[in-house]
Amino acid sequence: MWVQAEVFLQTLVAGILLGGLYALIGIGMTLILGVMKIINLTHGQLMMVAMYIAFWLFTLFGIDPYVSLLIAPPLMFAFGMLIQKALVNPVLRVESILPHNQVILTVGIGLVLQNVATILFTSDYRSTPVDYASTAFYLSDLWAGTPVEISLSLPWAVSFLLSVVITVLLWFFLAHTDTGKSIRATAQDKDAALIMGVNVGLMRVITFGLGSALVACAGCLFIPIYYLFPALGSQFTLIAFVITILGGLGSTLGAILGGLILGVFESMTATYVGMGWAPVGRFVIFVAALVFLPGGVASLLKTRKLSK
Amino acid sequence: MLEVRNIDVAYGDVQVIWDVSFRVGQGEIVAMIGANGAGKSTIMRTVSGVLRPGKGQILLAGEPIHTVEPYTLIEKGLAHVPEARRLFPEMSVEENLDMGSLRGRARKERARTKERVFSIFPRLSERRRQASGTLSGGEQQMLAIGRGLMALPRLIMFDEPSLGLAPILVQDIFNVIRTVRDEGMTVLIVEQNVRQTLALCDRAYVLENGRITQEGAGADLLRDPHVKAAYLGV
Repeated sequence: MWVQAEVFLQTLVAGILLGGLYALIGIGMTLILGVMKIINLTHGQLMMVAMYIAFWLFTLFGIDPYVSLLIAPPLMFAFGMLIQKALVNPVLRVESILPHNQVILTVGIGLVLQNVATILFTSDYRSTPVDYASTAFYLSDLWAGTPVEISLSLPWAVSFLLSVVITVLLWFFLAHTDTGKSIRATAQDKDAALIMGVNVGLMRVITFGLGSALVACAGCLFIPIYYLFPALGSQFTLIAFVITILGGLGSTLGAILGGLILGVFESMTATYVGMGWAPVGRFVIFVAALVFLPGGVASLLKTRKLSK
Repeated sequence: MLEVRNIDVAYGDVQVIWDVSFRVGQGEIVAMIGANGAGKSTIMRTVSGVLRPGKGQILLAGEPIHTVEPYTLIEKGLAHVPEARRLFPEMSVEENLDMGSLRGRARKERARTKERVFSIFPRLSERRRQASGTLSGGEQQMLAIGRGLMALPRLIMFDEPSLGLAPILVQDIFNVIRTVRDEGMTVLIVEQNVRQTLALCDRAYVLENGRITQEGAGADLLRDPHVKAAYLGV
């Protein structure tokens, strides 16, 4: 009985920790979706690039991946702005038969990034062997008589907490600064924002940069606990996509909840069905969301607000 | 204050505005009336830079504005209260007002102007933290006007401010427009509510099928046989 509870709680904790990081990935894609009205299908690849930055900084200069949080996201912010300015904007201006040229463009950018990474860095698996990788806290250290034993890995806990901090900072930026409000206004009504004096083109560029920086943060938080190879990007693009659908397209709070749900669900699948089944769990929840909750978690939040 | 010279405007290949010229003098209320689809809103959207004229010029206080970036116009003193309010539905009342005062002097005066808007529309003050999408139609229109006033404009353009409002609210909105003018702003208003608009304005233009067909003092147009037959139903 206690053993089962212990396994369940341990799985739940692992799921929430993973979900916190997923949320950060999902928020970046959601922001870009809100403002640009396109799914950025190169999101995971941008994370892969950020992880390589963190990896090389660690390998060559011994810079801790958590310190790379101050280096990789600003670089990816600039890189994201460049993508928007040099590649997406020109495509936006062209009227074409296919309405979603930009989406196809992002797939192309992703392919290029992945293959350039393969050429430069080979497809070997890499990781940053930080010396605190296997440090963990135990519940029994705090509470000697505890009936269930739960362990908490130090890097997982730190990554989770940092992702919470970054999310709170982002919330503050969006809710309380004029630039943040302008980004939200652009997402809600582009023409009205223009009339109010919002430089809509600049907001698009900033948003793509911001989304890239957020996923770069996630990359820096993931590398101490994960491994890295060039094709990892497409896997995380898919995860970000599932979270965005699950959260309700374009809702930041929805993306946070969507990330947590996906994290817990994957963790549960891995424990109770089998390690290799976690990606299947991801698809199950994706299809289930499309069928039973097409508006995502955001639609639930909205109904509650209206009925209050 | 505003001078529009011989503009043509087209959506793709479809031209909807043909050689339109008009002017709005300092401190005037000028109205543009016309039926659905005459091109009233198109003219407004062209003045505020969302659309570009195919030919012609638009001058604000003598300075051409049809060539500058549209987001700089609000700083030059041009505010636009768009058709169907176009609020930011998921932002609160206060945040919507903040959006009206992003640039220049308006930003520094934000807190003071906001209090003034709340004194004109006390209802908005009660609901300042509520999402604007949950307001009633009348409150949304008040907020749209308030958001326009936040820019401390020299010229404020109203596009169908009475659309979808109960008659008593229409009267309130028109009174606010009068107050706005009395405080020194110049007003350009587009309306289908012809009788009240002509009674309110100093001068008016009649727009038909993308062309200006008549102009004159509001009171004169109210007595004009063509206007009476076509727009007042008498």
